[in-house]
Amino acid sequence: MLQIRNLHAKVADSEILRGIGLTVKAGEVHAIMGPNGSGKSTLAHVLSGRENYQVTAGEVTFQGRDLLQMIPEERAREGIFLAFQYPVEIPGVSTTYFLKAALNAVRKHRDLPELDAMDFLALIKEKMKVVEMDQGLLNRPINEGFSGGEKKRNEIFQMAVLDPKLAILDETDSGLDIDALRIVANGVNALRSAERAMIVITHYQRLLGYIVPDYVHVLFDGRIVKSGDKRLALELEEKGYAWIEDEQEKAQRAGA
Amino acid sequence: MSSAAQAKTLYESHFSEMEKGGLPNGKAWIRNLRERAMARFNGLGFPTSRNEEWKYTDVAPIANTVFQPARRGLDRDAADAAARAALGSFEACRLVFVNGYYEPGLSSPRPPLEGVEISSLAAALEGDGGWLEPHLARYAGYENHAFVALNTALMGDGAALYVPPGRILTEPIQLLFISVAGPEPAVSHPRILIVIGKGSQASVVESYLGAGEGVYLVNAVTELVIGENGVVEHYKLQRESERAYHIATLQAHLAGSANFSSHSIALGGILARNEINAVLDGEGCECALNGLYLASGEQHVDNHTRIDHVKPHGTSRELYKGVLDGKARGIFNGKIYVHKAAHKTDAKQTNKNLLLSRGAWVDTKPQLEIYNNDVKCSHGSTIGQLDQDAIFYLRSRGIGVETARSLLTYAFASDIINRIKIEPMRVQLDRLLAGKFQADSPAGREP
Ligand SMILES: Nc1ncnc2c1ncn2[C@@H]1O[C@H](COP(=O)(O)OP(=O)(O)OP(=O)(O)O)[C@@H](O)[C@H]1O
Ligand SMILES: [Mg+2]
Repeated sequence: MLQIRNLHAKVADSEILRGIGLTVKAGEVHAIMGPNGSGKSTLAHVLSGRENYQVTAGEVTFQGRDLLQMIPEERAREGIFLAFQYPVEIPGVSTTYFLKAALNAVRKHRDLPELDAMDFLALIKEKMKVVEMDQGLLNRPINEGFSGGEKKRNEIFQMAVLDPKLAILDETDSGLDIDALRIVANGVNALRSAERAMIVITHYQRLLGYIVPDYVHVLFDGRIVKSGDKRLALELEEKGYAWIEDEQEKAQRAGA
Repeated sequence: MSSAAQAKTLYESHFSEMEKGGLPNGKAWIRNLRERAMARFNGLGFPTSRNEEWKYTDVAPIANTVFQPARRGLDRDAADAAARAALGSFEACRLVFVNGYYEPGLSSPRPPLEGVEISSLAAALEGDGGWLEPHLARYAGYENHAFVALNTALMGDGAALYVPPGRILTEPIQLLFISVAGPEPAVSHPRILIVIGKGSQASVVESYLGAGEGVYLVNAVTELVIGENGVVEHYKLQRESERAYHIATLQAHLAGSANFSSHSIALGGILARNEINAVLDGEGCECALNGLYLASGEQHVDNHTRIDHVKPHGTSRELYKGVLDGKARGIFNGKIYVHKAAHKTDAKQTNKNLLLSRGAWVDTKPQLEIYNNDVKCSHGSTIGQLDQDAIFYLRSRGIGVETARSLLTYAFASDIINRIKIEPMRVQLDRLLAGKFQADSPAGREP
C-alpha cells in the first residue's frame, strides 16, 4: 500500500529525515518509536503533504501512485488520514459542519453519492460510539476548548467517519489517562481491518499493549535504525533509547 | 477656484435651492439651525489629512466631485428590486427612502404601540413635532465636523422616532435608504432622530443600499437619545453600490443605567466612513459596539468610534473585526475617553483584522484617554493572515484549499454576525457572508 524509499526532507534548512525506507501493506499495523526530535512527526507531516516540509530526495508511492505529487486534500481523499499530535483549534467552524464537508469531499472523490443531513447524522451517531464521543462536543467549534483527551478522541472519531485506507496516528496516546487510553485504543482496534493499514507513532509500550503492532521501527536522527516485532517495543521500554544510541555510535565507528 | 471655494459655492447653491422649495423649513428654529450649520460648513471646509481625525481617509474625491442634490423617485423599478433584495422576510415597522426621500408606497409605518410616533423626518417637521426641537442637532455636533454640518444644513428627509417612557417595542423598526445612481453624481443627506423614553426598549435597523453603477454620496447623521434605563439595539447595514461614497455619524446619548448596543456591518462603497460616538452620560450605563467591515478591490473603509465615559460605573465593550482583500484599505480608529468623574469605569476594546492579500492594508489605532485612576480599561488590536495550521488541518481531512480558506474567513467574520439578535436578519447576513466567501453556512448548528 505504502512504499517509502530513501526519503530525505528538510524543514527551515535543516535536514530532519535522512533516508527513510518503509513498506506498509494493507492490514498491517506498524509502530514507530523514537526519542524526542527524531523526526516522527516530520515523517507524518511529509506523508500528509504539509507544505513547509521540503522533500529533497527519495520517493513515496501510495497504492501505486506517486504520493509526493499530490496536494494534501488529494492525499486525504485517496485515503490517508493523519491523527495530529497537536490537533488544531478552529473557532467558528462547528465540528459537524466540518466533518460533513470533509466526508462529502472524500465521497465525491471516490464516486460515492454525497450524504444528506439525515444520513450524515445517522453515520455520526454510529461512529460516536466507537470512541464514546459526546454529542455536545460535536456542536462546538473544532477542538475549541477541548481537553487534551477530548482532542485525541475527536481525531479517532474523525478517522472513523472518514474511513481511510492508511491511518497515521501521531502520539494519539500522549497525555491520556488510563481510561481515555483504553477508549482511544478500543476505537483504533475497532477500525483495524484487512483493508486498512496503520502507522502508530508512540513513545510508550503502554499503547502497544492495547494496539498490538505487526512491526515496530525505531526512528533515530531521521533514519529507521532498527525494526522488529512487538518484542522490540518491550525491549525499548526496558532499556530506553540509550542502547540504540550506543549501537549507532559503534556502527559509525566501525564504518569510519 | 480652489476646491474649498468650489465646495462652498456648490453647497451654497444646494442650500438656496432647498430654501426655494421642497424641503420643510417653515419653523424659525429649523431655519436658524440650517443657516448656522451652513455657515459652519463654509468655515470648516472638507477635512484634510492634516486633521488628526481624518488622517487615514482622504475625502478629496468627495470634495472634488460636483454633486447634484439627489432627486426623488428616480427609477422606481430599481428601487423596488433593491428593496425586495434587502428586506428578506423579516417583520418590521418599516420606512423606505429612495434617494433620501420617503417612499410611502414601499413603507409600512404601522405605529408599533400607542404613544409611539414614527414618521419621516419631513412629516415630523411639518407636523407639530414639538418633541423634535429640544433634540434635533443637540447631540451630533457640527461645530467641528464638516459632514455633520453639511447634513444639518441640507438635511431633507429621514426618520423620526419617538418612544414615550415605559414602552417595549417587540418588533424592530427598519429604516431602509436606497440610492439609485443616475448619470450625474448625486448627494443625499439622510437624517434620523430617535428618542427613547425612560425604561423603554427598541431595536432599530438602518440599512443603506445602492442600485445602479453611478457615483453618489450618502451623508447620513443619526442621533439617538436613550432615557434612563432605556435599552436600544442599533443595527447598521451598509451595502452601498460599488462607486458610492458613504459618510455617516451615529451619535448616541445615554442617560443613567441605559443600555446601548450597536452592530455596524460595512460591506459596500468605494469610500466609506462610519463614525459611532456614544456618550455615557449617567451612572451605570452599558454600551457595546460591534463592528464588521469587509472590503476588497479598491475599497476604503474607515471605522471611527468614540466612547465617552462621563459618569461612574459605566461598562463598555467594543469588538471590531475587519477582513481586507485585494488592494482594500481598512481603518479602525477607536477612542475610549474616561472623564474625571467616571470612576469604576470598565472598558474593553478589541480590533482584529484579517488580511487576505498582499495588497490589503489596515491602520488600527486604538486609543485610551483616562482621567480617573479607579478604572479597568484595556485595548488591543491584531492584524494577521489566515492560520496556516488551521488550513492544513482542514485540507488533511480532504477539504479543498479554497474551501478551507473561505471557511476560516467566514468563521472569523461570523463571530460578529452571531451577535445580531434579530434572527431573520442574522440568518440573512449569515447567508450573505457565506455567499461572499463561497462557503455555505458553517456555523450552522445543523450540518
Ligand atoms: N517547523 C519547524 N521549524 C524548525 N524546526 C522544526 C520544525 N518542525 C520540526 N522541527 C525540528 O525537527 C526535528 C524533528 O521534529 P519532530 O517533530 O519530527 O520530532 P518528533 O520525533 O515527532 O518528536 P516528539 O517525540 O517530541 O514529538 C526537531 O529537532 C524539531 O525541532
Ligand atoms: Mg512528534
